[in-house]
Amino acid sequence: MKDNQWKIILAAALLMIASLAGAVEPIKVGSFLSVTGPASFLGDPELRTLQMAVDGINAKGGIKGRPLELIHYDTGGNAREALNFVKRLIQNDKVDIIVGGTTSGDSLAVIPEVEKAGIPFISLAGAVDIVEPVKKWVFKVAHTDRMAAAKIFEDLRKRGLTKVALITGDGGFDKSGREQLLKLAPTSGITFVADESYGNKDTDMTPQLTKIRSSDAQAIINFGFGQAPAIVTKNIKQLGINLPLYQSHGVASKTFIDLAGAAAEGVRLPAAALVVAEQLPDSDPQKPVLLAYRNQYEAKYGPVSTFGGHAYDGLMIAVAAMERADGADKAKVRDEIEKTRGFIGTAGVFNMSPTDHMGLNLDAFKMVEIHHGVWKIVE
Amino acid sequence: MRLAGFFALAAGVIALPVLFPNNYFVIVVGIAAGLHVILAVGLNLLMGYAGQISLGHAAFFGIGAYASAILTTRYAWPALLALAAGLVVAGVIAWLLARPILRLRGHYLAMATLGFGVIAHVIMVQATHWTGGPDGLTGIPPLNFLGWSVNNDLHGYGVVAAAMLLAIWLSLNIVDSRVGRALRALRGSEFAAQMLGIDTSRAKTQVFVASALFAAFAGSLFAHQQGFVSPDSFNLTVSVELVTMVVLGGLASTYGAACGAIALTLLHQGLVVFEDYEMLIHGALLMAVMIFLPQGLFVGLSQAARWAWRTARGMTP
Repeated sequence: MKDNQWKIILAAALLMIASLAGAVEPIKVGSFLSVTGPASFLGDPELRTLQMAVDGINAKGGIKGRPLELIHYDTGGNAREALNFVKRLIQNDKVDIIVGGTTSGDSLAVIPEVEKAGIPFISLAGAVDIVEPVKKWVFKVAHTDRMAAAKIFEDLRKRGLTKVALITGDGGFDKSGREQLLKLAPTSGITFVADESYGNKDTDMTPQLTKIRSSDAQAIINFGFGQAPAIVTKNIKQLGINLPLYQSHGVASKTFIDLAGAAAEGVRLPAAALVVAEQLPDSDPQKPVLLAYRNQYEAKYGPVSTFGGHAYDGLMIAVAAMERADGADKAKVRDEIEKTRGFIGTAGVFNMSPTDHMGLNLDAFKMVEIHHGVWKIVE
Repeated sequence: MRLAGFFALAAGVIALPVLFPNNYFVIVVGIAAGLHVILAVGLNLLMGYAGQISLGHAAFFGIGAYASAILTTRYAWPALLALAAGLVVAGVIAWLLARPILRLRGHYLAMATLGFGVIAHVIMVQATHWTGGPDGLTGIPPLNFLGWSVNNDLHGYGVVAAAMLLAIWLSLNIVDSRVGRALRALRGSEFAAQMLGIDTSRAKTQVFVASALFAAFAGSLFAHQQGFVSPDSFNLTVSVELVTMVVLGGLASTYGAACGAIALTLLHQGLVVFEDYEMLIHGALLMAVMIFLPQGLFVGLSQAARWAWRTARGMTP
């Protein structure tokens, strides 16, 4: 009798396995994000966006009838973890595509592994080095620090300002931004009259700013993210320095305005159109995409940030490529991602090519100014 | 007989990839665990046997890694030579540091080593010209033994496993030597050890240097295995994790340190699935081990195994 019971259970189990195998196999999207740690304000909206977008796609029937399955790991902003998790995604979870890499450090660390395994990888991080020189399997969707530098210089030239003071932190984003600014300056007719640095955990930057005050700078550029730029902004007002202040796209979130308070008035920065979506003219092709993403995100999680938008762009480019490739074949999907043209995302309009694995141009950035606690497009 | 445990471990290390070929949890996690074992075993010499604390051990790990990274990528040195250079650099720094630092005791020693670790990390971040700054250095070539290149994870597992066994064997021998006995006397009471004719400051310097060499060795392997290095692999958190491994596994036992290193590596991989609750569960488990197995995981587990063995034998007629 007991023997029979076991046989029945076994048969039932086998039947279940068989029916599972017969069901449509999901397309596996792998992701590694810095959901905790110092870059969590980037990684957290990215993860939420991915989950929201995957649910949305599955509700509509998936890709050619196959649902998406999201497998994600938290790197805590540690590049060593990133590499191990990417190996896990590739070897253990056998994902079809990877969309992730919150920080440049995380993304750069996994590139050799991704190239070796031959799996399409769409990075959400900023550094130019990720796609320059072009790597066969690696793409990126976030604006680069070089674009931010170029946009800031463009605005400085319009205002006729040429002597600029620079103040940056000691993080990867800060250092990479500083490098691009210094590299672009000579060809843009900008001279740096001061180049100060601070630790990203510092709570007071007045010594550096006092030095800047005594220089003959006509404007100040602060490249960084997190709390430090807000402190710099406040310190500038406290010291009574009356120079135009430029921040980077790293602070394009409501948190910065909240942290810097009244001192944020008049601060300019290059930002993705997402933060000023409703101010765009109706003729702008990006407007409906931006509003749709923002409304969906805010209905679920609260204030939107441009960083979550990168995850949305990355996933949607991948989905569009898989639709065109008629499945998840890695080589075909890679080719189709490279053929992405006129794709309207939250960061701008993407036109990728074999020589450009990002596909954004300078128009993707809007120069915005903080005015009474809200972003305004600078004409 | 003395090395019975060692041979059992070696057999296990060899059997795993044979039984589970191309398994992520054996190969990739195994490499991480193996490197942690080398680090923990080295730190245990200093902490467990000599009774000196180091909260800056990740710095030596980093020195080895960066020496290999910089010499192979910027100066095209052969990997083995770079590894040797890393050992020399770490050894010299440890020797220079040991005399002034190891005069300190207790909290002061902890503070000094912590300061050293922080300074090393700041240099890795700030000396962009050499270290590549916060994003680190990429493009480090794999290890190469006379033309045999360690270019896949299975080969990497083999190299790290061999290195780990070497580290454990070395540690077992150091502990059982005259120096090892001197160290244990030192931990018991530095004053009494001096009375017995032990040159305590020399013994402390030796063990500090040995411990740094273990870490630098692991660092070089790590750099070649990963193909990149960045400062956040060598920060204060890593130093604290290493101390945790040694204490968790059981102080003053080579196998204990190895056990702690493996347990903590696996724990992290296993708890990832809990997402937001990972840290909570991680902390709770560590607390539970320290409360219920105060002598460490290794002693606790072997006692449990012995008890189980005895009861099992008692039950069968």
